[in-house]
Amino acid sequence: MAVVSFLHKAGTGFNRLSLKAKIGIVILSIYILIAIIGPWIAPYSPFATTTQSSAMAPNVHHLLGTSATGGDILSQMLVGTRSTVVLGLITGVIATILSVVVGTAAGYMGGYVDEFLSLFSNVFLVLPALPLLIVILGYLPHTGEVATAIVLSVVGWPWGARVIRAQTLSLRNRDFVLAAREVGERPWRIILFELLPNQSGLIAASFVSTVLYAIATSVALAFLGVTDLSNWSYGVILYWAESGSAVNLGAWWWYLFPGLAVAVLGMSLVLINFGLDELSNPRLRSSRSLRRLGRRLWRPADPTPVVRDYVETTA
Amino acid sequence: MRFVLRRLVFYAVAIWAAVTLNFLIPRVMPGNAVDAILGKFQNLTPAVVKSLEVQFGIGHKGTIISQYFQYWNNVLHFNLGISTSEYPTHVSTIIGQTLPWTLALVGVATVLSFTIGTLLGVFAAWRRGGSLDRALPALTLLQATPYFFLALLAVYLFAIKLNWLPYGQGYSIGLSPGFNWAFIHSAVEHSILPALTIIAVSTGGWMLQMRNVMLTTISEDYILVAQAKGLSTRRVMFTYGARNAILPNIAGFALSLGFVVAGALVMEYVFSYPGIGLTLYNAVTSNDYPLTQGIFLVISLAVLTASLLADIVYVFADPRARSRSAF
Repeated sequence: MAVVSFLHKAGTGFNRLSLKAKIGIVILSIYILIAIIGPWIAPYSPFATTTQSSAMAPNVHHLLGTSATGGDILSQMLVGTRSTVVLGLITGVIATILSVVVGTAAGYMGGYVDEFLSLFSNVFLVLPALPLLIVILGYLPHTGEVATAIVLSVVGWPWGARVIRAQTLSLRNRDFVLAAREVGERPWRIILFELLPNQSGLIAASFVSTVLYAIATSVALAFLGVTDLSNWSYGVILYWAESGSAVNLGAWWWYLFPGLAVAVLGMSLVLINFGLDELSNPRLRSSRSLRRLGRRLWRPADPTPVVRDYVETTA
Repeated sequence: MRFVLRRLVFYAVAIWAAVTLNFLIPRVMPGNAVDAILGKFQNLTPAVVKSLEVQFGIGHKGTIISQYFQYWNNVLHFNLGISTSEYPTHVSTIIGQTLPWTLALVGVATVLSFTIGTLLGVFAAWRRGGSLDRALPALTLLQATPYFFLALLAVYLFAIKLNWLPYGQGYSIGLSPGFNWAFIHSAVEHSILPALTIIAVSTGGWMLQMRNVMLTTISEDYILVAQAKGLSTRRVMFTYGARNAILPNIAGFALSLGFVVAGALVMEYVFSYPGIGLTLYNAVTSNDYPLTQGIFLVISLAVLTASLLADIVYVFADPRARSRSAF
């Protein structure tokens, strides 16, 4: 029963989202599915090589073509999805937890704690992230997914912390929080049960942005070769394409398909974030409920249109 | 005034953090500079190894604290050590050669994309639901695309297929850098493709943020009043709307500079552009610790300087930053 009611709740929640967010969630689900079953449905081993001397264009046997050494691009992508998606999600979870802890602590406690934590996260924000990551990961001899995810999280949490701190600051002085404090609730209870539920949309948006950052950055790092190259991911395929000078040889399938896969994954996350933004800020909602008058669109709640706009269109 | 003071404290701490991070990273990571040279040149006599160790300051006596102060002393005198991969060139010399390339290209591209993106955002919000506004989702696809992927496509299309623009290196082989027409022409021609890719990727972000803030701003009552007064559309749009909506963009500009430098690194790698990002990449892959450290320090300081400039603009643009005590 519990499962059914949960599914029902999730279903109604999904229906409330905007079309953009729905498309994004569907695409992301497909990626997660491939991340789970990818290695089993891959037609070839990603490491398979043949004696051929050049990359093969897409054909019946290799739907997305092969690399210069005969590796099947489709198989490499199916296997590599897992690493890319998992890295993004792990980084998203760790970095979001960090940013929620720092953001709410800074916003709720205020004073010197806030000054210190804000200073700390602002310093992290201005330090150039990618060069820092390359320097750190370049020095580390063996970089697995977890190590990379941790380093990415350490560099990537301050954006979320900034936003969550601002929201906590504005929630802190609302009546319901003041009331909870008067009743004598403990600070951790106020934070967990009064503050956090009221910024769940913001935290979700911060999580999605962090996943997007982690995927984009990890793919770029792998493309530069700063990763474990024996572990397939979209970035690693692109690294081999670049080192096999696929662009100069005109082997477009070698980098086009994995690149598009990353782009579509990124787009799904951007779409989800659009939906979340519109949930929390009604002014950004799409213009379905708006009325066109003059060249501007008017909401029913807007004041009477100015004559000027009307004149502009009729003239 | 308090705002300025807080920012100054922030910059002091940020510079301290950058230098300290730079000091710590090679010391907690395995390997050192002399090992890197030993890997490059074989059959070095122990005396040479000893002199190298002295030169790079490895294994010398003194606590980590005294090394730290020594490092600060060196940084303050711009003594960043000697590169191991291009031994015996000084790190500061290499940085001096490569930094201008990056600053010129990335600086111009960033300012252009910020200006174009912000302007487009103003128009998209003003004509809400118009063609520009409806093109925005397409721009987000560009934003979600990995930068280097877009750059590879651009290289394939414009440099290899159509052969319109050159790519690779900063200028044609055979020319020597100098203040002459052939060199400048070649350098500009080589920078068009990288600059266009940077603008293509980063414009969408500025546009989206400007559009969203602008939408909130133009539904304020004072905009309505301005229109009711009969002010010209352009005046309402820019002086009343955009001027108030641009503040988050300026603040975002200061914070995004770190990402701009990151994009520069990948861009220089794809285009083999002789800038500081490619040099950093080469330094890391060849275990050139002094050069890596030096470049990371310079990049951090460059980002902080640019961020300071954006802050100064912010103080001029937002009267609240000047008068209010809180930020």
